Amino acid sequence: MTEAAITAGAFTQERRRARRRAAWRRRRLVLLLMSPWLVGFCLFFGYPLVMSVYLSFTHYDLLSSPKWIGWANYHYLFTQDPQVGPAVRNTLWLILIMVPLQVLFAFGVAMMVARARRGVGFFRTIFYLPALAPPVAATMAFVYLLNPATGPVNVILGHLGINGPLWFQSPQWSKPSLTLLSIWGVGNLMIIFLAAILDAPQQLYESAELDGAGPFQRMRWVTLPTISPVILFSVVISVIAAMQYFTQAYVAANIASGQASQAGDQTVNNLGYPEGSTLFYPVLLYQHGFRFFNMGYASALSVLLLIVAFTVTVLIIRNSRRWVHYAGAVK
Amino acid sequence: MSTASVPVAAGTLVRRKPPWAVRRKRILVAVADHSLLIVVAIMFLAPFIFIVLTSLMTNEQALSSHLWPSPFRWGNYIDVFREAPIWRWAINTFIYSVLATLGVLCSSIPVAYALSRIRWRGRDLAFATVLIALMLPPVVSVVPLYVMWAKLHLVGNLGPLIIPNWFGDAFSIFLLRQFFLTIPEEYLDAARVDGCGELRILGTVVLRLAKPAIAAVALFSFLYTFNDFFLPLLYLRENPSHWVLQIGLSEFRSLHQVQWNLTMAATLLVMMPVIILFFLAQKAFVEGVTLTGVKG
Repeated sequence: MTEAAITAGAFTQERRRARRRAAWRRRRLVLLLMSPWLVGFCLFFGYPLVMSVYLSFTHYDLLSSPKWIGWANYHYLFTQDPQVGPAVRNTLWLILIMVPLQVLFAFGVAMMVARARRGVGFFRTIFYLPALAPPVAATMAFVYLLNPATGPVNVILGHLGINGPLWFQSPQWSKPSLTLLSIWGVGNLMIIFLAAILDAPQQLYESAELDGAGPFQRMRWVTLPTISPVILFSVVISVIAAMQYFTQAYVAANIASGQASQAGDQTVNNLGYPEGSTLFYPVLLYQHGFRFFNMGYASALSVLLLIVAFTVTVLIIRNSRRWVHYAGAVK
Repeated sequence: MSTASVPVAAGTLVRRKPPWAVRRKRILVAVADHSLLIVVAIMFLAPFIFIVLTSLMTNEQALSSHLWPSPFRWGNYIDVFREAPIWRWAINTFIYSVLATLGVLCSSIPVAYALSRIRWRGRDLAFATVLIALMLPPVVSVVPLYVMWAKLHLVGNLGPLIIPNWFGDAFSIFLLRQFFLTIPEEYLDAARVDGCGELRILGTVVLRLAKPAIAAVALFSFLYTFNDFFLPLLYLRENPSHWVLQIGLSEFRSLHQVQWNLTMAATLLVMMPVIILFFLAQKAFVEGVTLTGVKG
């Protein structure tokens, strides 16, 4: 800047103009590069968000224009809809039982694979492959594997003298069946955990061992703290995923109820089969929005989901400060 | 290494083979040590094995409690194609996956570049919008978007699935940005000194250096769209001629009361492309990781 002050007036002006032109060109370039996202964010995030809130105060069936009905949708949602309670309870079941089991299992497998002196890559592939299987295909495979009469699992259990449960056909066992399916597909978490465990500084283990720490103490005081940020990350991801759990529930109910209706009953409503035990919150949203085309009410459901998802995420991250250890963080 | 039975010819580093008893004990200890791991691994493989076995059974066998097919009925894999328009579903899936992946790459790479290697006012705010979009559950925006596409008369074909991907994908932008940030500034400066414009730098230097990250983004995007069920269900359910594989598979059994053996054959066919892709791309992944490792 000082050199500019020294030079003659005309020259400065010329330079300033050139610089302004360069700045303008730069701004145009940034705008050009950013344009897909700027348009996309407004069109596919901003607009739907605002519209969701607006539609949630209307009655709208896609045919006639939306009719403003105030808080009626929310009133019905919180006080009258008999399906909301069970749907929330089912989704809570996923968050409180399925997610912890997934995380624990992924952690356990990752620990075992990390301990294996040979074939780490081989085991990693085996545990990762199921996670790649398309959810629809994996669900169909599990409905077959767990089919009560002739499914391989119950056949094998029968050979062991155990009377297998009805799995996807029983309201008590449908969610545990989905949990088995989700544990089979836990490879993503496992890979993340494995990478974190293998990344833990070796000196920590050595010094812990010198101090006389056994394997369990080493896990408790070395492994767990070093990978706690990764655990936090996977818990947040899994909880958000559990709140959106749809495909597996939809397909399992569809296929399992098809099996049942083959036996005679054709009128069964397949969403949430059996007996609404797999009617999770997103399935309920789908039912109102895309089976009944009750767009206003579906929007109210989605606004509630947004608020809850946001609150839960913030709460988990807030609470995590007590147990997550960031290496090298000076806070 | 302990099983190498060839006597070491070089002679400099003769490792004495431990006696058989010692070796057997070692192997047994290793197996016992990892027995739980091995058992769990077998349980993870079992579903695949049962799918394959069932897909080769006759219908009567699939409905019985026999686990092993006899005779092996390879014809199932021909019958599957006769029972359902699998090729048509596959072509639709392919169109969806390829166009969506292309869109993600074309739109996300420039955005990630602007968010990482060019300095401008409002950049942090723009990056914050990416993070927000990343955290927003997609289910939330589904209803208004459906209304929007319905007004544009695009419900029932692949448009609503593909078009949004041409406007940047938050996850891909985030991943690419993180990778672009690791490219040393000197490389870019060298190009700038040589008179390269930002677009040319992006097109040559950055694209070449970021190949592993771009490959990963393309792979994730392809897998995501190939496996996607929710959006096709919303937009394509009423129009079977545009069904993708996942929708077709989910309706496969109810289409013509198809048997389990054919259903499992179809299931396996739908799993195969992903599994093959994994084994092909595993190398690309490893290459990518080593590349970043070398760079620091």
